[in-house]
Amino acid sequence: MKHPAMKVLPIALAGLVGLSACGGDTTTDQADAPRAASDGDTGGSAKGDFGPPQGQPVKAVLTQPPLVPPATGRKAPAKVIVELDVVEKDMAISEGVTYTFWTFGGTVPGSFIRVRQGDTVEFHLRNMPDSKMPHNIDLHGVTGPGGGAASSFTAPGHSSRFTFKALNAGLYVYHCATAPVGMHVANGMYGLILVEPPEGMPPVSREYYVMQGDFYTTGKYREKGLQPFDMQKAIDENPTYVLFNSAEGSMTGDKALSAKVGETVRLYVGNGGPNLVSSFHVIGEIFDKVWFAGGTRFQENVQTTLIPAGGAAIMDFHLEVPGSYVLVDHSIFRAFNKGALAILKADGPENKAIYSGKEVDYVYLGDRAQPNMQAVAKAAESASTGELTLQQQVDAGKALFAGTCSTCHQAEGQGMPGVFPPLAASDYIAADAKALPRVILHGLQGRVLVNGKDYNSVMPPMAQLTDDEVANISTYVLNSWGNPGGRISKADAAAIRAQAPANAAGGE
Amino acid sequence: MRRAATWLLAALPLAAHAGDPGWARLPGGTFESVLRYEDARRGVRVAPFELMRTPVTNAQFLDFVRRNPQWRRDRAPRLFVEPRYLSHWKAAATIGPPARPEQPVTWVSWFAADAYCAAQGARLPTWNEWEYAAAADETRRDARDDPAWRERILTWYSRPSNTALPRAGLQAPNAWGVQDLHGLVWEWTDDASALLVDADNRKQGDADDTRFCGAGALSMDDRGNYAVLMRVAMLSSLAARDATAHMGFRCARTVVR
Repeated sequence: MKHPAMKVLPIALAGLVGLSACGGDTTTDQADAPRAASDGDTGGSAKGDFGPPQGQPVKAVLTQPPLVPPATGRKAPAKVIVELDVVEKDMAISEGVTYTFWTFGGTVPGSFIRVRQGDTVEFHLRNMPDSKMPHNIDLHGVTGPGGGAASSFTAPGHSSRFTFKALNAGLYVYHCATAPVGMHVANGMYGLILVEPPEGMPPVSREYYVMQGDFYTTGKYREKGLQPFDMQKAIDENPTYVLFNSAEGSMTGDKALSAKVGETVRLYVGNGGPNLVSSFHVIGEIFDKVWFAGGTRFQENVQTTLIPAGGAAIMDFHLEVPGSYVLVDHSIFRAFNKGALAILKADGPENKAIYSGKEVDYVYLGDRAQPNMQAVAKAAESASTGELTLQQQVDAGKALFAGTCSTCHQAEGQGMPGVFPPLAASDYIAADAKALPRVILHGLQGRVLVNGKDYNSVMPPMAQLTDDEVANISTYVLNSWGNPGGRISKADAAAIRAQAPANAAGGE
Repeated sequence: MRRAATWLLAALPLAAHAGDPGWARLPGGTFESVLRYEDARRGVRVAPFELMRTPVTNAQFLDFVRRNPQWRRDRAPRLFVEPRYLSHWKAAATIGPPARPEQPVTWVSWFAADAYCAAQGARLPTWNEWEYAAAADETRRDARDDPAWRERILTWYSRPSNTALPRAGLQAPNAWGVQDLHGLVWEWTDDASALLVDADNRKQGDADDTRFCGAGALSMDDRGNYAVLMRVAMLSSLAARDATAHMGFRCARTVVR
């Protein structure tokens, strides 16, 4: 048998992404180690070793997004066994659009791992036999060169094991670091590992796991079918999709995150990248606390927090008012044109003392849309003299629609898939024209089926609109965008205002 | 002038079609490798060689195993083949079903592939020979700068291997008359174990000192060529006794002038 070594050509492959040393830059000077921690200083990794693991090894509970494993509840360091499978698989990235993801644990982001500072983690990375690629893992919570990458390089149908001690508390990203690194990350190979501080995280009512990522497909945004990875778009940092938990609609409609008024919600939010930095924001909430950068300190009363690619943050907020809260990347075109949008739905009683809703929108409408309101005034005048024409109603309704309705249902009534039902060519409207004034006046909550798609959210009642205005908006919608036409009169609106249906939303 | 060169490009592969029908003759020459060789700054010399037009099939490998029973899966030494060697076959000397004779053979270790080629009076192609042959598309001898061509290759690499392999020889021949270098199976090269990527691929310029000492360092000259990076990563993730569901091979032989 001949030896395989021919001309020896060792290659240090240049990684395509210039990642700096991950999590491992601890130059602990032994002489300095016992140094007392200064005020409020945790002492970092030098103070993070609580001795050898105690008791029987524990198998880590891994959860799929958006769920978070329960607190470890441990008071002493343990040996924790983590078994993570690498799976290459096709999944939906948007409706009718699939993408071949490379995953840790079968989901993107990968399984959430939760350990306690001082734990010894025995990590098993198993690459499925039908994988095309070798893979590895770099955990930013690891102290050691490469964050485990070199020790976990695993061919298809193989498994690797390495062990590390979690010396630093915090929320850390993990990711694949096999060449080409950028492509492995772009295909979804990232997730979060929480290293709890010794005392644990302060208890809250609910915890969720959300991770942003940018995706690059050869086809355009929402172009149907199986979409391959586009390397040039990735190099140009020009994503087709920017997503939470790797799919449009991953957390909207039936899959929206849920909570109740009076609860405190905690989000563990990571950003896998590969390229973009997130301006993470929840519309309608203020973060009571943000453990910025996923570290030890929290800032209070924060509107938007920056989450770098390969970074994370933890945020708590208390829910006072029911409704849908929208998670976005406030680099806002990403939210509305590339998919970076999720919903947290809070159920519970209204609290008008804290949020009453409609007044602000009403005033704002008057201020900004003055010229267009001529049509509204004209319609009101004609109505009073009994000479109102269909065209006058449509013109007036159009102006009102632009101010009040288009925010959610969009300027051309196209709605927003998974969140706001379309009004254009709507079978829901075609089936019952009176649904328009009814929903405007009484709101709507619960599941509705529109053009074959399920929607399950809340539209607040717009009872501040006069009967004239409701009639005009309804008539405008009936006569626009492929709807069947028809007319709703002031008298129709008045009659409907008097009777609340069963599925009315809360409020007046 | 330019037209003449194009004509020459088209004509050359035809010359290579002569001889053994299963083999293509490649003229060799100076090849610009994507890898940067300190001792070959202006390109790597590739001597004329012949390469099998298609990867070795289950049927061809079965023939080899019958003639060389020491390479049956129940007899081959574990030092040379991992336990899953030929595990997709129905029995030690029976291919299928579900494996089919005309599919490329997979679940073969480097040692087994090497022995197969030796039995044909041939050898595995070197990394540079393989890359030289695989740089061609259907019409060009070197299509590597074409983004569309790169995208085609990458698309195959990004798919998992969870569907049945097509049979060998279905794809159109490249400009050398060679088929299936892309889009069917990974392929062993003779010097696969010398492609020493540090297992942490991000360390720039570091040779893998733990496996080889005194070795020089190579790096990528073309960072946009992801497909080559992936082949290097794949080969370097395997030991010579390893086998996978999609690692096959073909043989090469030196042309004696």
